[in-house]
Amino acid sequence: MADKIHVQSNINGYDVDFLCESRQSLLEVLRDVLNLTGSKEGCNDGNCGACTVTMDGRIVESCCILGVEAEGKEIITIEGVASADSLHPVQQAFLEEAALQCGICTPGFIVSAKNLLEREPDADEERIRFWLAGNLCRCTGYDKIVRAVLKAGEVMRKG
Amino acid sequence: MQEFEYVAPTSLEDAVKLMAEKGPKAKALAGGTDILIQLRGGRYQIDRLVDVKNIPELNQFSCSQSDGLTIGASVQNYKIYESSEVQRLYPAMVDCASLVGGIQVQGRATVGGNLCNAAPSGDTIPTLIAESAQALIAGPNGQRTVPVEEFCTGPGRNQLADGELLVSVNLPPVKPNYGAAFLRFIPRNEMDIAVANCGASVQLDESRQKIVSAKIAIGSVGPTVIYCIEASNSLAGADANEASIEAAAAAAQKAASPINDMRGTVEQRIHLVGVLTKRVLRIAISRAKGE
Repeated sequence: MADKIHVQSNINGYDVDFLCESRQSLLEVLRDVLNLTGSKEGCNDGNCGACTVTMDGRIVESCCILGVEAEGKEIITIEGVASADSLHPVQQAFLEEAALQCGICTPGFIVSAKNLLEREPDADEERIRFWLAGNLCRCTGYDKIVRAVLKAGEVMRKG
Repeated sequence: MQEFEYVAPTSLEDAVKLMAEKGPKAKALAGGTDILIQLRGGRYQIDRLVDVKNIPELNQFSCSQSDGLTIGASVQNYKIYESSEVQRLYPAMVDCASLVGGIQVQGRATVGGNLCNAAPSGDTIPTLIAESAQALIAGPNGQRTVPVEEFCTGPGRNQLADGELLVSVNLPPVKPNYGAAFLRFIPRNEMDIAVANCGASVQLDESRQKIVSAKIAIGSVGPTVIYCIEASNSLAGADANEASIEAAAAAAQKAASPINDMRGTVEQRIHLVGVLTKRVLRIAISRAKGE
């Protein structure tokens, strides 16, 4: 067993200390060390987006980042999206529009879509489809996902 | 994933030392979107991974009319296409940096890493060649500069010797009546590897009717991105019109040596080189004219 490295980062608003091996991905750290199992492993090679989290405000694939690279970074996972008493508008819209079937891709889609709407609440269908191109869904055919993100945008614009 | 030692030096000198100590058993880590997948897949067996993101020289990012564009090897793609100065002076870099992977990959992946990965399909490489970029390399024997078209030596292979690191790519200042562009063909609109791609630049004369010089590079149609010397030279002194563009595209097609694979056939790729070269040259000329 390799030596473990001490890493300090902020995850979903909490300062977190953890130990990990240099070879562990951030996704493995989130799931296996910190028990944040909302982020999913799909392809594990940066193609499917199921493991999407934000790092310092940018969406990234946690399978393509080492846990040690999270040192000093702010990370938001799907577990940090809802507030204590209510779902985020993107989550609510996914439920209302039935924008999921098996659900494996959903955490990644929600993290990506929330990040887009925070930057560009007016994002139109083309922009949404372009932004979400790094998230793959094999069930829905994307249409309901896009509709849900458009709806969440409307809600977020109204504040 | 295999075990390795992770180090994150904060000076170029330390980074070179850490790389050199392990020779071929050390690899550099910038964005990680290629190297971590390759390590997981067992393509390399290494002892040490050197994270280069905390080294000041590799984080340089400056763009101006007088000094050109400097992209440190740790600078992510999104910084390129979000920069208003790059958008104004080097739109061809925006064309390619905004097409590498999806938004997630663009948040991590770097232009320097795309070059070092030396994929025949590397989307930023044709533009770097067309823009006459120079690669600045640091190693145990000091620093050296290599024209980008000489940097990649084969699929996944590059000029870097053991202990050497890419520091930055440097694009010369843009002159008046100059334009460049990049296009890629893939079956969907985003998130795929090029079936073929093309970057080109043109320098027009003051009348904007004649081409003084041009550079064309094509990707995914050979073992490395190919700098099309004959096609580029065919445009020197030529009129900036369709006949010249057609002739250059035909010459670029001759320079292509593609293979058949799951992404496309030899025939389709050679066809695409013709189409892309023409389209890219039209955009480059129109940008050179300030249209």
